[in-house]
Amino acid sequence: MKPVSFEYNTPASLSLTTDLLVRTKKDAKLISGGQSLGPMLNLRLARPELLIDISKLSELKEIGEDKSKVIIGASITHSTIEDGGVVEPISGMLRYVASRIAYRAVRNKGTIGGSLAHADPAADWVTTMMALSAVIKTRTSDGIIRKIPMHDFMLGAYRTALKHDEIISSIEIPKYSKKACWGYHKICRKVGEFANAIGAIVVDPVQKYCIIACGAVGGAPLILQDLSESVARSAAVPDILEIVLALETSEQQFDAVKMQQLAVSVQRAIEKAVCK
Amino acid sequence: MPTGIGARVQRQEDRRLLNGQAIFVDDIKMPGLWEAAYVRSPIAHGIIKEIRKPAEFETRIFTAADMDDVLPIRAESSLPTYKASDFHSLATGKVRYVGECIAICIAPTRAEAEDIAELVELDLDPLPPLIDALVARTDHTNLVHEDWEDNLFLSTSFDGNIEEAKAKADVVIEREYHTARQCMMPMEGKGTLAYWDGKADQLVVYTSTQIPHLIRTGLSEFLQMDQGQVRVIAPDVGGGFGYKCILQPEEISVSWVARKTGRPIRWTEDRREHLVAGANTRQHHYKLIAYADKVGRILGIDAEITVDVGAYSVWPFTACLEASQAGGNLPGPYAFKNYRCKTYSVATNKPPFTPYRGVARPGVCFAMELTIDAIARAVGREPIDVRRENLVPAAAMPYTNVTGKFYDTGDYPDSVNQAAKMIEFDGFRAKQAKALRNGRYIGIGFSTFTEQSAHGTKVFGAWGLPLVPGYEQAMVKITPSGSIEVRSGNHSFGQGLETTLAQMASEWLGVDIANIRVTMGDTGTTPYSTGAYASRGMVMAGGAVSKASEVLAERVKIHAAHLLQCKPKDIELRDGEAFNKKTSVSLKDIAKAWYLRPDRLPDDVNTAGLEVTEGYKPSIDTGVFSYATHAATVEVDPATGITKIKDYVIFEDCGRRVNPLILEGQAYGGAAQGIGTALYEEVIYDAAGQPLTSTLADYIVPGPNELPDFKLGHSETLSPYTRHGIKGVGEGAAIAPSGAIVNAINDALRPLNIEIHQVPATPHRVLSKILSVQNEGVSSE
Ligand SMILES: Cc1cc2nc3c(=O)[nH]c(=O)nc-3n(C[C@H](O)[C@H](O)[C@H](O)COP(=O)(O)OP(=O)(O)OC[C@H]3O[C@@H](n4cnc5c(N)ncnc54)[C@H](O)[C@@H]3O)c2cc1C
Repeated sequence: MKPVSFEYNTPASLSLTTDLLVRTKKDAKLISGGQSLGPMLNLRLARPELLIDISKLSELKEIGEDKSKVIIGASITHSTIEDGGVVEPISGMLRYVASRIAYRAVRNKGTIGGSLAHADPAADWVTTMMALSAVIKTRTSDGIIRKIPMHDFMLGAYRTALKHDEIISSIEIPKYSKKACWGYHKICRKVGEFANAIGAIVVDPVQKYCIIACGAVGGAPLILQDLSESVARSAAVPDILEIVLALETSEQQFDAVKMQQLAVSVQRAIEKAVCK
Repeated sequence: MPTGIGARVQRQEDRRLLNGQAIFVDDIKMPGLWEAAYVRSPIAHGIIKEIRKPAEFETRIFTAADMDDVLPIRAESSLPTYKASDFHSLATGKVRYVGECIAICIAPTRAEAEDIAELVELDLDPLPPLIDALVARTDHTNLVHEDWEDNLFLSTSFDGNIEEAKAKADVVIEREYHTARQCMMPMEGKGTLAYWDGKADQLVVYTSTQIPHLIRTGLSEFLQMDQGQVRVIAPDVGGGFGYKCILQPEEISVSWVARKTGRPIRWTEDRREHLVAGANTRQHHYKLIAYADKVGRILGIDAEITVDVGAYSVWPFTACLEASQAGGNLPGPYAFKNYRCKTYSVATNKPPFTPYRGVARPGVCFAMELTIDAIARAVGREPIDVRRENLVPAAAMPYTNVTGKFYDTGDYPDSVNQAAKMIEFDGFRAKQAKALRNGRYIGIGFSTFTEQSAHGTKVFGAWGLPLVPGYEQAMVKITPSGSIEVRSGNHSFGQGLETTLAQMASEWLGVDIANIRVTMGDTGTTPYSTGAYASRGMVMAGGAVSKASEVLAERVKIHAAHLLQCKPKDIELRDGEAFNKKTSVSLKDIAKAWYLRPDRLPDDVNTAGLEVTEGYKPSIDTGVFSYATHAATVEVDPATGITKIKDYVIFEDCGRRVNPLILEGQAYGGAAQGIGTALYEEVIYDAAGQPLTSTLADYIVPGPNELPDFKLGHSETLSPYTRHGIKGVGEGAAIAPSGAIVNAINDALRPLNIEIHQVPATPHRVLSKILSVQNEGVSSE
């Protein structure tokens, strides 16, 4: 399992990177932590002629905040987040989620931007960012900066709104109030595996915000709109049947076991949030 | 501090292994070395119409057509009705499983070799694949081997009288059990490097194997060379578990290409190759009827065992070792008298079955232990009581069981009692009831087994194998500086033999193991051994080293007696010296006298010297039986089907413990693998015979987080038939976990009226059972 032969380039800046993406006649691919692309290269499922390494670009390592949002550079690693290296938009949620991605060796390399760009339906950040209503900030070769709301960003399994010369530069997450709570529940075969089911909820009574997202559904995570509203109203944990009904309104079909796992993950996420 | 038998000393090899200083096949550097990659079959079953080599790489690609001077691997067996198969190291005529080698490609690097392999065009005519052994068993038209009349390598029957049991039975338990196909997952996969040594006029083969001497014998047989022309060296080997105790087709093709091209060639198995072409073990199916009286005493067992042995018969253990062992070992530690069992070794379009740590017994133990619990439930008693009453009692030892197994020593019921104590069985039922009132499902399960170890000539002969192990040999010598060298043809790939064999020599020679060097694995420098398998290393190689050391110790004492002017019988060897009461002479001085200053020795000195090779086998050939009881408590989450192991205890008896620390390591490692079998590991095929679990994202192996804190307990019942009373223990702990854990799951889910009969008991499997029972109000299995 060795990749096909490829060239390797490390541009010195973001604009040089986007330039290269447009200029090159080669089939080029960005590489950040390599924790998703690496296996694909080794399996020869990805066969780029040119790899452009963006993991060292300081422009992608921004960590910041203002009054209303926190900013996390695309090349910030899962372990930096796990270790509390970024500001939390809601107390402790990012650390919690980061610490349950894979195992430490993977987290030391893997990045939040890479994970979102890869758009694996079972990945943790896509569902988390959905529940947090994050905004994906990008840049193209002509310098255009886009801010794409998370629910418009992921189009399906491994499909995003990114254009071929567009790079994620950072992720902006709204800050929630001190009264806000969250819940996250991942069902997986063993510690650090990709999820079979993910439930995520963020509720903020001050901002009148409540989003329940359900991940590992085969495509982009589902937002359970009606359920979110009813939980926001009642602050009670819905029973499984109610969640199943909410999931059934989506276009995806799930077999009985998968449906149960999804519903339980959502229920347990809500339990954690409303019991706090 | 003495470092002989019983010393809890750290492993000598770990300094090298843990500091990254070990040398595995893939670490070897050699001028002119090229790497190999294989073109492997993309389909499960089909006719090879054409293999097209791209013209520019004509000389870098080899197929079966090129290797016309090589014989197919053929494992004969003397068992009646057994059919041998021709296992070509590169597929010939047909492909019979996904991952079968078709062509070998060579290049300066592996990546380039893979580039070449991609360019080879295959024209294959697909045939319907045989993926389900129960279907293949009765299929007479679609055949894995087209010149056979069916798909059976072998069927056997053990025709005990079952009618009597049937007539007397108060309860009849009927069950079907399934165990999944697995991969063995050693940390280091297979790997082979071969080159032609012009000076020695020998083919030198470095290979990751458990059985270097047998590989030499096998390579020379199928490459049609004299054994003197072949030298096999097993360097550091990163785990074996049985995966590396057969002759690999890649060992033949790499050797052939190296000889043909005159260039050193290496192939290293990658994880994908392992998960696809190495998916070769554990898959059994049982139909079992147990007859019992009203207190749960087993009156008879009537069983049918089907083993999915894949496409070919492996050398030397054949496709039939598994089923033969299964049929013979199903009764396990239990004392019932009526037994009928049919076994089927069925050919399918999967990789060739290879015996894995525990060989067949993880399957039979699972089937038997679940049956014991089912009987107990049927008669309304505690499984632990029913289990204990059915076990061979200590007073009956030695005991010959219904299949003729000779249980040498032991107190099996006591192991159940001890395990029950360790896991605090008293009080568990109250705890369980309380938990249930809070909506929590906890359960307890036990599993008892015997582990036949170090079985010898007669037993392997009865399994019809082409080669049977005989006397194990070892060489022990004193160097001129007084240190000790031990040479054994057995091999160590994680079991700590470099330490325990040194301990055997230390025991007799009184030398600290720090001054004992153990050399293994090189057929050029070690005495013949059939290798490391069947929990035989400590008993056999240990016994041989012990015997050679004893003889050497006598010779040392004669020299020492002369130097100290006393009688040999007055000499005691300890602390690296030979003592006569308060006076002593060091081994160094004794060795120096023999090698460099013979003038200090008398004229009638024993000229046999300070180097001894001895052969050894136990006084019985039928093996010595270790045994253990495992017990587990679990909590099952009925909403997700997820099982959490809460406590796990092992009470074992393997006779004399040579090194308690290493023994514990064997127990932890074996139990971890058993937990993989019980809850995680499963190769899944689609209808076309494609394995869907070809990466570690899909084939789930437990990691440290999934393993409980094992508690261990021991007793030491010495075997009267082996040196020092040692019994083998390498495989044992892998045998019982499925039984203990699934019994615990079934105990936990009893209020829901659910029984699981299949491993791994994945959340998916458990949950779908729960959902189907909730939906129908009845169990569907
Ligand atoms: C054993 C293992 C277990 C794992 N378990 C989990 C898990 O439980 N949960 C989970 O969520 N993930 C898991 N992962 C995936 C891991 O989180 C990856 O790190 C992550 O998905 C990808 O990030 P990366 O930086 O490694 O991206 P890379 O692999 O470098 O890139 C992935 C893709 O994103 C593109 N890309 C990268 N950066 C950018 C950017 N800034 N702009 C545009 N495109 C970009 C690349 O071109 C590529 O197509 C696991 C990975 C491994 C190896």
